[in-house]
Amino acid sequence: MKIPRPKDVKAAAANDATLVVTSADFLLSMVETRWASKNGSGRKIESSQREHRELQKIEQQLTKLQSDTGQDDATRTEIRQLHERVETLRKQMAAHFAAWEKTELARHPQRPYALDYIERIFTEWSEIHGDRGYADDPAIICGMARFHGEEVMIVGHQKARDTKQKVYRNFGMPNPEGYRKALRAMKIAEKFSRPVFTFVDTPGAYPGLGAEERGQAEAIARNLREMARLEIPIITAITGEGGSGGALAIAVADRVLMMENAIYSVISPEGCASIMWRDASKKELAAQALRITAKDLTELGCVDGIIPEPEGGAHTDHAAAASHLDEVLKKNLSEVKNVPIKELVASRYKKFRNMAEFSRVEA
Amino acid sequence: MAWFKRQSGELDTSGEKKVRTEGLWVKCDNCRQIIWKKDLEVNLNVCPKCEKHNRIDARTRLAQLLDDNEYEIFDSNLVSTDPLKFMDLKAYSSRLKQAQADTGLKDAVVNASGKLNDRSVIVSAMEYAFIGGSMGAVVGEAITRAIERALESKRPIIIVSASGGARMMEGVISLMQLAKISAALSRLDDAKVPYISVLTDPTTGGVTASFAMLGDLNIAEPGALIGFAGPRVIEQTIRQKLPHGFQRSEFLLEHGMLDAVVHRKQLKPYISRALDFMSPAAA
Ligand SMILES: [Zn+2]
Repeated sequence: MKIPRPKDVKAAAANDATLVVTSADFLLSMVETRWASKNGSGRKIESSQREHRELQKIEQQLTKLQSDTGQDDATRTEIRQLHERVETLRKQMAAHFAAWEKTELARHPQRPYALDYIERIFTEWSEIHGDRGYADDPAIICGMARFHGEEVMIVGHQKARDTKQKVYRNFGMPNPEGYRKALRAMKIAEKFSRPVFTFVDTPGAYPGLGAEERGQAEAIARNLREMARLEIPIITAITGEGGSGGALAIAVADRVLMMENAIYSVISPEGCASIMWRDASKKELAAQALRITAKDLTELGCVDGIIPEPEGGAHTDHAAAASHLDEVLKKNLSEVKNVPIKELVASRYKKFRNMAEFSRVEA
Repeated sequence: MAWFKRQSGELDTSGEKKVRTEGLWVKCDNCRQIIWKKDLEVNLNVCPKCEKHNRIDARTRLAQLLDDNEYEIFDSNLVSTDPLKFMDLKAYSSRLKQAQADTGLKDAVVNASGKLNDRSVIVSAMEYAFIGGSMGAVVGEAITRAIERALESKRPIIIVSASGGARMMEGVISLMQLAKISAALSRLDDAKVPYISVLTDPTTGGVTASFAMLGDLNIAEPGALIGFAGPRVIEQTIRQKLPHGFQRSEFLLEHGMLDAVVHRKQLKPYISRALDFMSPAAA
């Protein structure tokens, strides 16, 4: 299969020019990452050109004004205003940088994946396979494990590092059978009253021909409905990329926690930039505008907590990242597991029912 | 940048009028035949020559489904708070104002209660002309309220989808609407209140991946584009041309994703018959 060049994909997305998102736009980010790793320019962080140009212009102006010896009040006011503008621009650039930098950290090829965490946090891992209808999807792993001695079910997206494994895992982009396997695993957990942990790290659900034929949308939709009423505690950790519906389909949980450098979004910054700015290089602006960081999501009330990462990001120290995650999971499990199950399901419902209530009644 | 201008008719989802008006006569976009406008209207905006189902607005939909064009509208005063203060080349707030002026609606859905063949029902009809029928917090809240109203009053609900998916300018807030509505549907399901999902052209993205696929019955109008990912994105991913009729209603029926493909003229009788089946049997 020929890897599409980012330009083609961006052109395709831009052609849509509708202001709506299909989760598949996340594919753009995947292609971009692949392309970048091949061409070696992926780590370069571009600053916003427009802000940069304005900053240069103001600095020239300032030099000119300040060199003026006989300054009057008006000039001094102007200088002060220009200094303020410089401050704002620097802050804006830093913010864009922050959201985009986190996007890159969330996709870092050395970032720990679900199996890396499972290996470090759980014991007695026994994987279970297949959706009993069509196939086993390696982009989602499910299995029984022990968490500090307690039996739990684990469901997670799985990415990979070397080329062969990446293809095997489909870059962490599940097909419908992956979501159906996940639900099957969760139902087993429910039957035997074991809590469920889910680990989210996907560019999005796979936008392929077979995925459509086999009902990608139906598989995701069913998970959303069934997770809302699953009678066991569910704890989700967004560990890397929270790619739209493909992420949410295993993230309707009593506790949704996000790692410090993870992102969670309805569309990739590149996809958003292509459609809204008609220019994928505006991905930093888009990353900022979409509000996709753990801090943003907390402020918007869409996640319940942030999991700290080792300095420099989870990729720098897998053991330390796992240890932070372990601690937060433990705390959250102990909080939810003694709540009577009907009460827990009711409060899960209430959380999502009232989440993101950003409409108002206009007279 | 020339590639913005290239538009392929087959995959066009831009919401442009499919029927060009030239006074009393219109030319069908599909079969290119000239049709008398009155004939088109009488035929519920379905081409009498080739049966192409043209898009209709939410209020026309309500008029077609509910008895005597009589219904009560509710939740029509919900408006977006622009939670992200989203701004790209244009502010989202001004896009909203424009859409409101163009459609006379506050957002992309109309909730109504009325009678369908003498049976009290709730109908939520999406409005594609409002920012591509995209789903943000208002659409999510309105549809959830419609479901809650159906649940409380034990009246069946019919949701007519026409949407490109989640609304990007509300970011993750719009994503959460998928979970919110699906959760509400789990309660409706528990209470055994009937829900008929009607998928019309187009129904894609987050709307398909939530309530549109969760009906007790999922039925679609002929020829509607229905899918998760957009056709162009798929084409670019797999690097091959998509088969003819891919992601159209008939394709989904063939692959087991729909209960039926129903002609617009048969929609009301079909729903009515299904609700007969789903209503509690007389003791
Ligand atoms: Zn025709």
